[in-house]
Amino acid sequence: MKVRNETILKTVVPAGEPWMHEIKRGQGLRIVDLEGNQAVDTLFFAAADPSERYSASDTIVGQGNIYLGLGSKLLSNHGRPMLTITADTCGRHDTLGGACSAESNSVRYPLERRFMHNCRDSFLRALRESGDPRLVKRDLPANINFFMNVPFNPEGGSAFADGLSAPGKYVELLAEMDVICLISNCPQLNNPCNAYNPTPIEVTVFTA
Amino acid sequence: MFEETIPGGWNWSHRLKAGTALRLTDLEGGACAAVLLYNPLDYAERYNMPDTLKAQFISGVGLGTALYSDMGRILATVIEDSVGGHDTIAGLMNREGLAKRFGYKDYQAHRNAYDRSGADALLTELGKYGLGFRDLAVPINFFCRLVIDAEGRTSFGPTAPVGATVTIQAEMDCLVVVAATQHPLDPRTSWQPRPARAEVFASQIAPEKNPAWQASEQNKRGFENTRRYQI
Repeated sequence: MKVRNETILKTVVPAGEPWMHEIKRGQGLRIVDLEGNQAVDTLFFAAADPSERYSASDTIVGQGNIYLGLGSKLLSNHGRPMLTITADTCGRHDTLGGACSAESNSVRYPLERRFMHNCRDSFLRALRESGDPRLVKRDLPANINFFMNVPFNPEGGSAFADGLSAPGKYVELLAEMDVICLISNCPQLNNPCNAYNPTPIEVTVFTA
Repeated sequence: MFEETIPGGWNWSHRLKAGTALRLTDLEGGACAAVLLYNPLDYAERYNMPDTLKAQFISGVGLGTALYSDMGRILATVIEDSVGGHDTIAGLMNREGLAKRFGYKDYQAHRNAYDRSGADALLTELGKYGLGFRDLAVPINFFCRLVIDAEGRTSFGPTAPVGATVTIQAEMDCLVVVAATQHPLDPRTSWQPRPARAEVFASQIAPEKNPAWQASEQNKRGFENTRRYQI
């Protein structure tokens, strides 16, 4: 008989670090915002063929809403369900804000801020260290930002706002297929996505 | 310099040189011109929707919008626009979704009126450059508006009128790939993508005169990154 809610692995990911791990179909992933208002840039790839990966546009059109939350089905670029959000104490997550990069930092902030740590650098490091030749820079699509608040104004326009999250808030997902999860625990200091204080998160993979 | 009508359902591309403009026209009303842009020197650099939205605090593309790559450079700017609020969130219909919703018309029975989804059309064109599914990013769906309410719920906006136009100027050499397609949220009950006319001409609007420059300090830095790249 399958043991439910058994921890397969649990680890703290400090700010500015990536985390990459396979999650098998039927397993759960919990991400805890330990100290509150931390942006967690997240991508999922199909383990069998990672050219199939999380698609923000398919997911948004599939659910008719730009915000992710409890019940959201994360769809792939083939329109297939990859994971479902099964628990969410934060309430709303972004999938249009993307990952910060040295280059986008040089546009959004003074030019010399290209020399600051950023999520795209973390993603690239994780891909490089995974040694997986199927995953390189061109394989980084628009990601999820768990716990991040990017409100879109109905009249047009968007903003990077103070977070809705708080210490201990978490999100849980159930894998609908074998996936590779890639996380960058965001190091951004130039806007309030991490409340100007990037902090650690805890990730747990468990039997669901 | 030249013009070409892209029939509904079909794909087209052009390497737009810096200072050259592409004007798209919605000939019949209700078009969806899905556009992607790539750096021809390095196709891994491509139009990046999140960087474009967040650098300019926008939710849609319009006059004065800079279309950013993932390398902090401006691929092209919107220098003319009769509609505004073009969608760059909802993505594309693929063949499976099309077949499920409308049924699928094949070439055997329908010849050149066979169904070509937005994804298939863009992928066909991308394949000619050695690019593929991994390079299919979220496009700009010109002439289509995505309405987002206060709760984040999405719906299809009013279609653009007959003759609507939008013009983009390349700020660096860029490969522009276009599919004259139908928006994934278009409520029409059959697959009938509308044509778009493409006109390419010299525009040479200097950065300081560009509405995208005037729009923000962020875009001025984007122009600077783009200028440095071309030295």
